[in-house]
Amino acid sequence: MEADRTVDCVGLYCPMPIVKTSQEIKELKDGEVLEIVADDPGIRSDMPAWCAKTGHEFLGIEERDGEYHVFVRKKEG
Amino acid sequence: MGKQGENSAQERRDSATIVVFSGELDRALAAFNIATTAASMGMEVTMFFTFWGLNVVRRERGGGGRKTALQRMLGLMNRGGTRRLRLSRLNMMGGGRAAMKRLMRQFRMPSLEEMIAMARDLGVRFIACTTSMALMGLTEDDFIPEVEDFAGAATYVERASNSSINLFI
Repeated sequence: MEADRTVDCVGLYCPMPIVKTSQEIKELKDGEVLEIVADDPGIRSDMPAWCAKTGHEFLGIEERDGEYHVFVRKKEG
Repeated sequence: MGKQGENSAQERRDSATIVVFSGELDRALAAFNIATTAASMGMEVTMFFTFWGLNVVRRERGGGGRKTALQRMLGLMNRGGTRRLRLSRLNMMGGGRAAMKRLMRQFRMPSLEEMIAMARDLGVRFIACTTSMALMGLTEDDFIPEVEDFAGAATYVERASNSSINLFI
């Protein structure tokens, strides 16, 4: 999946990936895609939860070499 | 409807309230972890520091307000500031705490001091309980600048009654 911006959260634990994601998404235009790379397995549940709460669209997770690549589309407005 | 009514309608929208009663490092970390997460999820977050929890947001050096003899004695044994907080378990005269801090650094977890700064950046509101302050002989000068409000239980109850998350730590 193609992303417009990537945030590296490898080696970081809760709450840092969520805090960083909430800050990075502000840098995107509506409809653009943010990729979050993390290795804490909590991200598999936490990122869909963050999207459900904030209204951004959860696009999916790809697992590669022990790292999770999460894709989120910034909501309109 | 008056201004106050509009405010409560807005707060009912999506807010979290956390009472920080405990003055221990591990419990404070848990409180700030949840506070920063909730703020990152778009919630309005209020942390209400009371009793031993006041130590979490106290300056290391007090403001030097007037104290009774008993309060001075309490102050000597109950000193504030993040660096003085103990672990609720396995503190071992500070050895356990030092080990925990080393582990947290090793795993790149934010320190309590970093969590406090992060919470403020994310718009978390800090309130210190004036009743506990009076009991311990503390004044507004005894607190770190992040504490913006000094209030009582009614302020907390009003906020909590409009919150969907309400924790006592």
